[in-house]
Amino acid sequence: MKIQNYKLFFLAIFLFLIFSARGGSAFGGNFSFVNAAEWSGVDETVVEKYAEEHGRVARKPFINTDQGDLLLFVFLLAGAIGGFAAGYCWRKLIEQKPKNNNAPIHRTF
Amino acid sequence: MKTIYCFFLVSVFWFLFSGDAYAMHISEGILPFNWAALWFIVAVPFVAYGLYRLKKVSAIDISFKPLVGLMSAVVFIISCMPIPVPTAGTCSHPCGTGISGILLGPAISVLIAAVALLIQALFLAHGGLSTWGADVVSMGVVGSFAGFFTFKVLRLLKINMAVAAFFAGLFADWATYATTSLELTTGIRGDSAFMPLFIKILVAFIPTQLPLGIVEGAMTSGMIMLLYKKRPDLLVKMGVIKSGEAL
Repeated sequence: MKIQNYKLFFLAIFLFLIFSARGGSAFGGNFSFVNAAEWSGVDETVVEKYAEEHGRVARKPFINTDQGDLLLFVFLLAGAIGGFAAGYCWRKLIEQKPKNNNAPIHRTF
Repeated sequence: MKTIYCFFLVSVFWFLFSGDAYAMHISEGILPFNWAALWFIVAVPFVAYGLYRLKKVSAIDISFKPLVGLMSAVVFIISCMPIPVPTAGTCSHPCGTGISGILLGPAISVLIAAVALLIQALFLAHGGLSTWGADVVSMGVVGSFAGFFTFKVLRLLKINMAVAAFFAGLFADWATYATTSLELTTGIRGDSAFMPLFIKILVAFIPTQLPLGIVEGAMTSGMIMLLYKKRPDLLVKMGVIKSGEAL
């Protein structure tokens, strides 16, 4: 199979998975294999389900960012800190020459 | 072709990120304290060795650090990217530690998985802080080593690089979820027998993870082959291929 065909094959799989899944929830579940009421994550359908059966219930997270725009603020903060760190180290990262540019970096673990 | 790719990428982001995030990581409070502590103890030496390796490798070439940062972002995004699986009617996510294990080596891959999981647990309620050790062991340690060894062994057997990368991604994903099943079983079983519960949980993951593992394998293979075609020098530098193998 040519490389171009591989690409089209993977593209078709991805589009099929995504469209059929979204179609299942957004358009009444008519063109997905399983007519699931919700597209729940396996954390709910497997992990929490079996844990609850054995008396272990998930606790609320210690930091709950799912309140209003708090999560957006967290992303803003992370972007600002990450951007500052990258900018602060930029010169060092760009100008410092490697000791041996041709040597493979990891040969072991 | 570029238009198709643009459309494809926009579609993926729109479809995937317009819903709630779903996770496989073990949530806060699911594991009892003693089991959560045990997985912490197992995870810490791997994370420490990852730090040691990063320091050692960065001393040779500091440009390795931004690469590690970039791969951390990749693993962070991949491991909280919900993918609907129509055959199961559920959502789950790939792990990304297969690709990072191949490219950066398993030790550094454990480190970046630990960082990604910590941020997800702290700010996204994706996994828990108390279960961080268990999640690091399943996704970081087992995922990275499974991906790394699968790729190395298949390459030693002279298997095509795309195929080797595909199976590395596939086994990294499946091994991660098998380990999650093990951790969950040991943590919640109480007086129940181990094997029946372990098999029950493992089988419950199959409808979602079987196709998703294949998607992760295809993704890993695609990423490795893209690097092989566009930047073979990077693969040589990271010890993934020898200089004679570069295009």
